[in-house]
Amino acid sequence: MRPLIEVRGLRKDYRRGGDVLHAVDGIDLAVMAGESVGVIGESGSGKSTLARLITRLERPTSGGVFFQDTDVTGLSDRALRWFRREVQPVFQDPLTALNPRWTVRRLIAEPLKIYGERGAERRVDEVLRDVGLTKELMTRRPRDLSGGERQRVAIARAIVLRPSVLVLDEPTASVDMSARRALLTLLKRLQSEHGLTCLYISHDIRTIEETCSRTIVMYRGRLAEEGPTTAVLDSPSHVYTQILMSSIPRIDNATAQQDRPRARPASGQQQPDPGCLFARRCPRALPECAADPPVVEVTPGHHAACVLAGRASRPQ
Amino acid sequence: MDLGLSPGPQDDAAVADATGRSARLRGELRRHPSLLVGGALATVAVIVAITGHIAPPDNPLALNPGHALAPPGPEHWFGTDQFGRDVFSRVLYGLGIDMVIGLIVATLAFAVGSMAGLISGYLGGWIDDIVMRVVDIVMSFPSFLLALTIAVVIGNTVRNVIIAVTVAYVPYILRLTRSSVLTARSADYVLGARAVGASRSRVMTLHVLPNAAGPSVVQATLMAGWAILDVSGLSFLGVGIQPPSPELGVQVAQGAPYITSGQWWISVFPGVAIILAVLAFNFLGDYADDKLRGQGS
Amino acid sequence: MPGLDIDGLGISIGNRNVVRTVDLRVKPGTCAGLVGQSGSGKSLTALASLGLLPGAARVIAGRVLLGGREIVTPDRDRTAEVRGSGIAMIFQSPRTALNPVLRVGHQVGRVLRRNGQHGDPRRRCIELLAAVGLFEPDKVARLYPHELSGGMCQRVVIAMGIASEPQILIADEPTTALDVTVQADILDLLDDVRSRTGMGMLLISHDLGVVAERCESISVMWQGTIVEAGTNATVIGSPRHPFTAELVRGLAHLPETGGLPAQSSSAGPADDPAPEAGG
Repeated sequence: MRPLIEVRGLRKDYRRGGDVLHAVDGIDLAVMAGESVGVIGESGSGKSTLARLITRLERPTSGGVFFQDTDVTGLSDRALRWFRREVQPVFQDPLTALNPRWTVRRLIAEPLKIYGERGAERRVDEVLRDVGLTKELMTRRPRDLSGGERQRVAIARAIVLRPSVLVLDEPTASVDMSARRALLTLLKRLQSEHGLTCLYISHDIRTIEETCSRTIVMYRGRLAEEGPTTAVLDSPSHVYTQILMSSIPRIDNATAQQDRPRARPASGQQQPDPGCLFARRCPRALPECAADPPVVEVTPGHHAACVLAGRASRPQ
Repeated sequence: MDLGLSPGPQDDAAVADATGRSARLRGELRRHPSLLVGGALATVAVIVAITGHIAPPDNPLALNPGHALAPPGPEHWFGTDQFGRDVFSRVLYGLGIDMVIGLIVATLAFAVGSMAGLISGYLGGWIDDIVMRVVDIVMSFPSFLLALTIAVVIGNTVRNVIIAVTVAYVPYILRLTRSSVLTARSADYVLGARAVGASRSRVMTLHVLPNAAGPSVVQATLMAGWAILDVSGLSFLGVGIQPPSPELGVQVAQGAPYITSGQWWISVFPGVAIILAVLAFNFLGDYADDKLRGQGS
Repeated sequence: MPGLDIDGLGISIGNRNVVRTVDLRVKPGTCAGLVGQSGSGKSLTALASLGLLPGAARVIAGRVLLGGREIVTPDRDRTAEVRGSGIAMIFQSPRTALNPVLRVGHQVGRVLRRNGQHGDPRRRCIELLAAVGLFEPDKVARLYPHELSGGMCQRVVIAMGIASEPQILIADEPTTALDVTVQADILDLLDDVRSRTGMGMLLISHDLGVVAERCESISVMWQGTIVEAGTNATVIGSPRHPFTAELVRGLAHLPETGGLPAQSSSAGPADDPAPEAGG
């Protein structure tokens, strides 16, 4: 079976002053129809850039983006009209992602208007119900809503054209903790009811854990680890992933704090090192890390780009 | 175009719900004295101007040499000028002319300037480079001198005076709009609009422009007042609107030689009318600015 | 080292009571946690303790005591004397807490000078930067805030906070803007500072996980009042208020491990009643 959406050798460079920042540095990813894939990374990992490249809001420096086996890499906005119906982003902060002067009704109806769909009123009502909002919110503006309600409006706008793919960038970041579970439950329901393929981009591991069957971990533009979510989160094989997982505040983690592996502080320097990009901060770096790390298959479907992946001695 | 005047803070919602539109207006007037003063002045000016055109007490153009240079009194409230014309009627009529010209200039400058600023700011590239160089050149001249030069060159009809002043004002609006557009175009909701398939022109007109036009609207409101100053100034110098039109600047010029001999009323009343009109627009501009800032938070 | 006592505190803005009867205790040398949604009043409670309430906000009831001494009452809620001489506060966004046009070392130095520190201020400044775990502190001191990462900035802010040798440190969402690996390091640092100086700490967060991991006592704030308070074990192990229960559930791995309370009704906004799909 062919993947629904795929990127190959994806690279995006940004020029800052005299330096070049490799925001995305050679990513390969294939997502099958109906899958929910998580992308975990901290700031500087390139995950948001990846989201913008996959939704073709930006053009990659090199590499390819494919949707239903069609190369959409170099297409202009106009040529991408059909693509936009199918692949929809949901942004991190609905307060800035929704035109602050428009009402909820107008925001959700806009995609229908652009594509000349009939029966807009009915469809807007339908979609509003689908995301769990009441009709009385239609005349309000985004700033008059709570964080959770705003994000639901953003989701409604994204699904109103019945896309096949949703790319969600930090969907719960602007939502209070108590409303997060409800939002994630909604997303999972929408995914199963509408057969959506979802890409969740987040630094919040709990979000990924709850919604994704497969997860990749990004570090400074490159893939550190990839595999089934439970495998990556419970048995991380890349040293970076291990440090990441042990840093998450957990109720049952209190006693383990003293023993957790720590990364050396980032120096703020932008120059990429040869070989493994994490080696400079890695507490277990070896001389061989100066060469490009091998992609080790820890178990079938679970890969890590680390020389130490899969080896017996790992910190607790 | 929807300025999107922001809804008031939560506290005022209770007041509005309770008593409706008139209460809301009163609350607004209380909170923004500039609206009160500017609105009052502007309303007076408009009423006056309309009266002056429809039903002036005396024909503003009628010559009446027998009653020349009469001081203000019960028959001629503002006195008469050297040709016996009733100054009060002339001021009313002239105020109408100036207000209309001011509004036309402001509207034109806003329309042209904001469109050009939007296109230049959003599209960037070589278009932006060329436009900004032209703007730089035009703005290197003081606006009054520029308007004066243009008026002298193209002739001094009412239409040409309007064009001259508008040309001098467009670059300011253009720059202001462009600057707001540069900020607005990198906003996430622009990205969001592209993501749902909006065309470039749709993004520009429906998303970017309404959110970027605020400062330019304030500026244009103020410019209506400054245009009155510039136009009357040009007319005073003799290169703007020509007599026998009772435009306020022309009136001031015609009354100038008589000030030293004691007939002050011929120049002073038109002068005060100019001041009031400019003040009215200044206060309205302040109010527009208040609303813009309130909206910004 | 004295402790901080917040006793029946009430704060109003205009005629709205935004904080009501808040009781909170920070024992010396311990870490107390305050959890709540944004807008629940937790930041206002902290600001009130330093006399830093914004504009129209007023303390209308209760008091704040430091070591048994009244420092804030309804009559005296703008107490400039408190700042820098007992309680220090660090905030969420390290970049806005730092002056962008001054070098980092200079800013730490200003805090030292304002507190009449003895000894060589420059040496003390470098000591502080080292104490907060900054590598090559003498070099960092000469940098401007924009040249530092978010984590490094927050370390500087913490250095400025402890420069005044406070008895109580209030940390309001100190790691929310930071990556999770950096978050853990910063929280470790705060623990470290606490154990070395014996000062008490009030850790405020919307994330129960952060508080659960580091605080001995936890108070939960909801809509302006404390709805649950107790030791870490009781609040996490057997939460009584539905809001707390909801937060605790959000922390658990799926499938839910044993020992957690049964599903209770959510206190938050529009909860989706549909069953969870496989994920």
